[in-house]
Amino acid sequence: MKLDYRAALRDGLRHALINEPRAFLMGEDVGAYGGCFAVSLGLLEELGENKVRDTPLSESAFVGAGIGAAMGGLRPIVEIMTVNFSLLALDQIMNNAATLLHMSGGQFAVPLVIRMTTGAGRQLAAQHSHSLEGWYAHIPGLRIVAPATVADARGMLWTALADPDPVLIFEHAALFGITDDLPEELEPVDLDRAAVRRPGTDITIVTYGSGLHRSLEAAEVLPGEGISAEVIDLRTLRPLDSDTYLESVARTHRALVVEEGWRTGGIGAEVAAQIGEEAFWDLDAPVGRLATAEVPIPYAQHLEAAALVQADDVVAAVRAVVG
Amino acid sequence: MPSLGADMDEGTLVAWRVGPGDVVRRGDIVAVVQTEKSDIEVEVFEAGTVAELLVDVGTTVAVGTPLARIEGERAAEQPVATKATPARAASPQRSMAGRVLSPLVRRDAAALGVDLASLQPADPSGPLHRSDVAAARRTRPATLRSGAASPYARRLASERGVDLAVLSGSGSGPAGAVLARDLPEVSSVAGSEAPPLDPMRAAIARTMERSNREIPHYYLAHTVDLAASVGWLAGRNAGRPPAGRILLSALELRAVALAARKVGELNGSWVDGRFVAGEGVHLGVIVALRGGGLLAPVIRDADRLDVESTMAALSDVVERARRGALRSSELSGATITVTNLGEDGVEEIYGVIHPPQVAIVGFGGVIDRVVATEGRAQVHPTVRVTLAADHRATDGRIGGRFLSKVGSLLAQPGKL
Repeated sequence: MKLDYRAALRDGLRHALINEPRAFLMGEDVGAYGGCFAVSLGLLEELGENKVRDTPLSESAFVGAGIGAAMGGLRPIVEIMTVNFSLLALDQIMNNAATLLHMSGGQFAVPLVIRMTTGAGRQLAAQHSHSLEGWYAHIPGLRIVAPATVADARGMLWTALADPDPVLIFEHAALFGITDDLPEELEPVDLDRAAVRRPGTDITIVTYGSGLHRSLEAAEVLPGEGISAEVIDLRTLRPLDSDTYLESVARTHRALVVEEGWRTGGIGAEVAAQIGEEAFWDLDAPVGRLATAEVPIPYAQHLEAAALVQADDVVAAVRAVVG
Repeated sequence: MPSLGADMDEGTLVAWRVGPGDVVRRGDIVAVVQTEKSDIEVEVFEAGTVAELLVDVGTTVAVGTPLARIEGERAAEQPVATKATPARAASPQRSMAGRVLSPLVRRDAAALGVDLASLQPADPSGPLHRSDVAAARRTRPATLRSGAASPYARRLASERGVDLAVLSGSGSGPAGAVLARDLPEVSSVAGSEAPPLDPMRAAIARTMERSNREIPHYYLAHTVDLAASVGWLAGRNAGRPPAGRILLSALELRAVALAARKVGELNGSWVDGRFVAGEGVHLGVIVALRGGGLLAPVIRDADRLDVESTMAALSDVVERARRGALRSSELSGATITVTNLGEDGVEEIYGVIHPPQVAIVGFGGVIDRVVATEGRAQVHPTVRVTLAADHRATDGRIGGRFLSKVGSLLAQPGKL
C-alpha cells in the first residue's frame, strides 16, 4: 500500500482511535477543518465528536485538559499545531505531565500523547519552523519521539499510546510528502531502539527526522569517494538508545551527528558527548557535528536553505571526519 | 614508574636499592626496573628521605604509578599521594588510565613539539595537565617531538605492541597525527601458531622500518691505512695486561667524534623537516647482545674525552649493556652512531641510520691490503670505513669530507 507521511499519520491515528476505546483526539482545528496539516481530515465525520474534539485557541488549556483526562483514565491524543506554539503549554507539559507521577508518589501516571509538527523547509519563517524537540528531550519524565519514515509515522502512535507516561511525537513538516510502500496491516514501532537505516563501515552518521533524509542522500554519493557510511535514525530522542550508536562507532571508529536543531546544547551535543565518554578509545577522529545555523529560521527561501543542513554539507562533513 | 622509552607503558620492579629512612639525592639509583628491552636502573629526581615503599618487588605497574614516597623540603606543605594503584589488568582502558593523556594535552604537545613520554606531571600522582606541557616547552629544546595519535590508534598500538613514537608525525591525520590506518597490520594468518615476536626484535624492526621508509640514505666508503694506528697501539699496549690495553675501536670512536665535531652537518637530528645540530657529540655505539638483538648506549660528549677515557667509557657501556644494567638516560640522545662488525670478519658494513639521527659510521675488520705508498707497493693493515647518511640533511660531498677526516685522524693517532 503506497502511503505518504501525512496519510500514514492519519492511518495510525485512525487505527488508534478505533482500536483503543479510551483514546480520543483533541486540538485546534482537528475536527471540522481536518487539522491544519490535514492529518485528521475526515476523522470527525467517520468517528464522531466523542473521538475527535475541536478546542479553543489555548494550548495551555487543552493540554491541561488532556493531562486531566489521562489521569482520569482516558488515553488522550492532543495535537498542537507546531512546536513553537507548544511553548504556550510548556508549563503544563513540564510542571504537570512530566512530574505528576513523581509528585504523587507514584499514584498518578499521565498516559498522554501530544503530537506536534516541527522543523523548517517550507518558508514558514521564524515563528513556525523551529526544531525544539531537543529542549523537550532535556526533561526527565517525558518520552520524545520523532518519526522520520512513513512506517514510523504510521506505527509510532500505537506504541506511544501503550506507554504509561507522557509521550511527545514530533512530526516533521517537511516530510509530509515522502512516500513508501507499506503493508496493509499496521506494524507497531519499537520506540526503545534506534534504527540502522543504512549499514556502512567507515563512519556512523547519527541523526533523526529530516536529518535522516539529508544523511541518506549523502550516503548515496559517498561510495563514489570510497566511503561507506552507516546511517542511524535515533527515532527516540529521550531516552536515547546509545547502545545502537556506540556499537556502530565501535565498528566504524568515526562519528558524525546531524540534526536540525541548533548546535549549542542540542541533541547532537548530547550524542557526541556520550560517544566521547563511552567510545573514546574507539575513535579514530574527532566526532563531527552538523546542525542548523544559530539564527531564527529565515523566511527567504535561499536563506532558509542556507541555514539548514543540506546533503552537500553532510558529504563535506563526512569527508572532514574520515580525512 | 618512570617511562623509559616512548613505547613503554608498564614495568616490573625488580629490586629496591633504597629502603625507608634512606636519604636520597637527585641522580641516586633507587630501584631496578625490568622493561621489554632490559633491566634499567631508576634514578630519583628529588632529594629527601624515603618515607615508604609503595610497590613490592616483582610487581608490574603502569607507567606513572608512584613507586615510593619521599619526604623532602616541601613535604610538609605538599603531601605526595601515597596510594599506589594496584597492578594493572590487561585491558587497554586500564593501561592508558595509568597515564591519563587528555586529547587537549596531546594536541598541545603536538603543537608545541613536546614528547609526552618524557614528561612527569607536576603532581606525580595526578594526570598530565596543559600546564605540564607548557612548562616542558619552556624548559626543553624542541629536539624531540611526538605527534598526535587518535584514541583508537593508541588503543590498537597498545594491543599490537606498536611504538607510536616511531610513527610520530608521519600519520595521515591532520599535522601528521597517527590514525588507525597508519599502524602496521598484525599478521592475522599466522594466528596462534607463530610465537610472539621478541620485544627487542619488534622494537628494532619498527625503528629500522621507519628509517628505511623515511630516510633517503646515501652511502660512501673509504679505505683507511691503519699502519700508524696499529703501530701506536702496539707501543701503548706493550707489556700491559689485557685489561689495561687500548683497542683499535677506541681510536676509531675518537676519530669519529672529532670528525663529527669538525663536520657538524652530520652530527645531530632531522626533526620536522629540518636539521637540528647536536649540542655536543654524543656517540651511539651499537652493542650486539649475546642472546641476540642490539642496544645502542651513548657515550656523551665523546669529542671531549681522550683516548684513555674513551676506552674506559666503551668498556663500561659494553659491559653494562650485556649485563642489562644501563640507565635509561644512557640509551637516548645520540647525535651520530658507530657500528663495528670487524670482530666478525666483516670487511665493510653499511649501516641503517637510527632516526632521528642523520648518519651512521661503519667499521669493518682490520685487513692487510696492498697499498701504494711513496711509489712502492706495501702490505699495510687497513680498514674499510663507511658512512650511511641522510640525503635530506647532507650531500655526498659533506660525507666525503667527513670520511677523509676520519682517515687522516687515524693516520695520526698521536693527535687523537
